[in-house]
Amino acid sequence: MLLPFFEWAEGTGLGTFIRNSLWLFPVIEAVHLLGLCLLGGAVLIVDLRMLGAGLTNQRIADLARYARPFLIAALIILVSTGVLLFFSEAVKLYYNRSFWVKITALPIALLVTFLVRDRFARDEKLETSLRSRVLGITSIALWFTVAAAGRWIGFS
Amino acid sequence: MLSFFEWLETTPWSIALLESLYVWPLLESTHVLSLALFVGTAIMMDLRLLGISFRSVPATAFTGRLLPWNHIGFAVMVITGLALFYASPIRYYYNIFFRAKMLLLILAGLNVWLFHSRIHRLVGDWDTDPVPPRAARFAAAVSIMAWAGVVVTGRMIAYNWFDCDLQPQPAFVNWAADCVIPER
Repeated sequence: MLLPFFEWAEGTGLGTFIRNSLWLFPVIEAVHLLGLCLLGGAVLIVDLRMLGAGLTNQRIADLARYARPFLIAALIILVSTGVLLFFSEAVKLYYNRSFWVKITALPIALLVTFLVRDRFARDEKLETSLRSRVLGITSIALWFTVAAAGRWIGFS
Repeated sequence: MLSFFEWLETTPWSIALLESLYVWPLLESTHVLSLALFVGTAIMMDLRLLGISFRSVPATAFTGRLLPWNHIGFAVMVITGLALFYASPIRYYYNIFFRAKMLLLILAGLNVWLFHSRIHRLVGDWDTDPVPPRAARFAAAVSIMAWAGVVVTGRMIAYNWFDCDLQPQPAFVNWAADCVIPER
């Protein structure tokens, strides 16, 4: 059902342009990887704190507020480079199981991050608790799934 | 060193690792995912040292409480990195991106050493300053650029554009990668 969309994406001028370039795909991929580093830092500094580790003398709300612009910046970098990579090899991705794992886990991770985790993290009184630990471990597990499945696209 | 690597490559475990169906990809994936922990926490600390974010958090909170996590990430990166190198030492030895990555690693390491031996020793004077002194900001900027360079050159190792066996290569490449070009 979705295959025509994937075929269209790969056939666009953008997809063809990236595919026909020797160095464009690797360079976009490298930027995608730098985005992963930034996302990892912005997510983990808050998640570790929620688990009662890392910067434990700081309030969760403060750390989340400081990290938020970089979390959003990282996601902008990752999604824009990810879309470019997708266009260049969409049909291959359609038949790639890891891609589907990643693309399923990604919206769940985004929803949990911005609708659940962020809402709790805005509460100035949120301290390390069962609730914060569940949020932290869920966030780490979801983003780990997205990243691991993403890396495995190249191996499957 | 080269003869050691040549011997290393002939050891049975090296061959088994390179030809393994899952072990090599799992090592490589662990190496890449550890970036999120290692470079991620380094960037967060650098943002504090640059005075860009976490301004109300003391610098010593980062070096005391977050740095251990950064070190865990580094340990995983080094262990998986050495294992990946062990799988095909000669290929990496002659890879220009691998060489660039090693130089950038040395630069990043020197920067870490300078920061801790000089700048962080006087942290008591500026621990809670929203914007740390120029030397600390400079070290943080070098850190971000050096680690980003390590990540990018590391990713490029996978590509064979400048491999010695794909001649002709520019003279600079043959010099920098130490290519042995057979006489005609």
